[in-house]
Amino acid sequence: MKRFSRQFIFLVVNLMTIACAQSAPHAMPMDNKSQPATYVVKIDNFSFTPATLTVPVGATVTWVNNDDIPHNIVSSEQKFKSKPLDTDDKFSFTFTAVGTYQYFCGLHPKMVGKIVVEEKK
Amino acid sequence: MGDHIKHDHSKDGIDRRGFLTCMAWAGAGTLLVVSGGTVKSFALSELGDKPMHEMKGELSFVQISDSHIGFNKPANTDVVGTLRAAIDKINALPTPPSFVLHTGDLTHLSKETEFDTLEQNLKDIKTERILYVPGEHDVLDDNGKTFRDRFSKDSKGDGWFSFDHSGTHFVGLVNVMNLKAGGLGSLGHDQLEWLEDDVKHLKSSTPIVLFAHIPLWSVYPEWGWGTEDSAQALSYLKRFGSVTVLNGHIHQVMQKVEGKVTFHTAMSTAFPQPAPGTAPSAGPMKVPDDKLRGLLGITDVNSIHGKHSLAVIDSTLAG
Repeated sequence: MKRFSRQFIFLVVNLMTIACAQSAPHAMPMDNKSQPATYVVKIDNFSFTPATLTVPVGATVTWVNNDDIPHNIVSSEQKFKSKPLDTDDKFSFTFTAVGTYQYFCGLHPKMVGKIVVEEKK
Repeated sequence: MGDHIKHDHSKDGIDRRGFLTCMAWAGAGTLLVVSGGTVKSFALSELGDKPMHEMKGELSFVQISDSHIGFNKPANTDVVGTLRAAIDKINALPTPPSFVLHTGDLTHLSKETEFDTLEQNLKDIKTERILYVPGEHDVLDDNGKTFRDRFSKDSKGDGWFSFDHSGTHFVGLVNVMNLKAGGLGSLGHDQLEWLEDDVKHLKSSTPIVLFAHIPLWSVYPEWGWGTEDSAQALSYLKRFGSVTVLNGHIHQVMQKVEGKVTFHTAMSTAFPQPAPGTAPSAGPMKVPDDKLRGLLGITDVNSIHGKHSLAVIDSTLAG
């Protein structure tokens, strides 16, 4: 008897949860919109990966230096510039305007990359 | 005796595998002796049988490079230790150098503490003065202001300058500033204009020594090992009878002779880098611990009696 009623209550609670989820999509923790996508550019072997990264406007991109030598991130149009990043250091920038942002490493300018910022779909 | 690994890219038939080698470039007259001073080559009859120290002229200086104080990764966890070995090597030279040139990357991250450590240690070199040009690792936070204030007070612009010693004209150049995306080292318009003016009134018989961090010749553009506008700089020096170009940045010895110009890059005192194209990228190259000091070193430069050009002698920190 006890076990049955516990299971029953459990079932009811779940059904109510599902019902709530369908009626109030923005409130539920399962909703994708409350968990921002992470955009990462990895630095290793004197290169940026991916070399071109496409993100929606408002996104924050984080560069992580996995190389054994310092690098930095310099916008070709002077829109952003990081401090020198040693191994495991990070730099983040939030792109609030649509456009194409070329950047390079100020110490090793042969290293180039691009962030393409698009309208949200 | 530390063997020196020479990277032969000039296809002159000399075996690229590491063993003691020496090249005498009869045309340019520059004697390049590697490691330990053993001299053996096809053009050496010009110098006769005199021992090296009797042949030396009045000019004697040392180049060190790429000390990277602050670096502590596996390739070398004790860059101060290897720098001290380099200092001991300099102080043990038969002829004390009149001065020392540091061709950049004094530090690894342009930190004040790193500059402090470098300065403190180099005080122990027995020489009259030390002159510096910056590497890209020295100008990270403030466009090189800290570097210039501490190491290059009398310089112009981003840190260029010239001076004369023993009848030779020395020019320190800066090619690590205002780098452009996808580019190589860069001297820039202002510095080039200054250089042209600086050498204009010198007699063509004046020996010239240029020194800068990134190679002033195209060693390996894929890895950024070159300077975009160096050809213009060298055009101002075409009329001179002897031009020696001393660079660092690539952490290995490479040399090339083009007419009356001898190009030479020095070893680092911190860590070696791979030969061009032999690894996925440039950067610190880890070698077995007992091999490290054989790939680090100093460069001793002397004028030679009766010869117009300079003797450039690399020696490693091994043995």
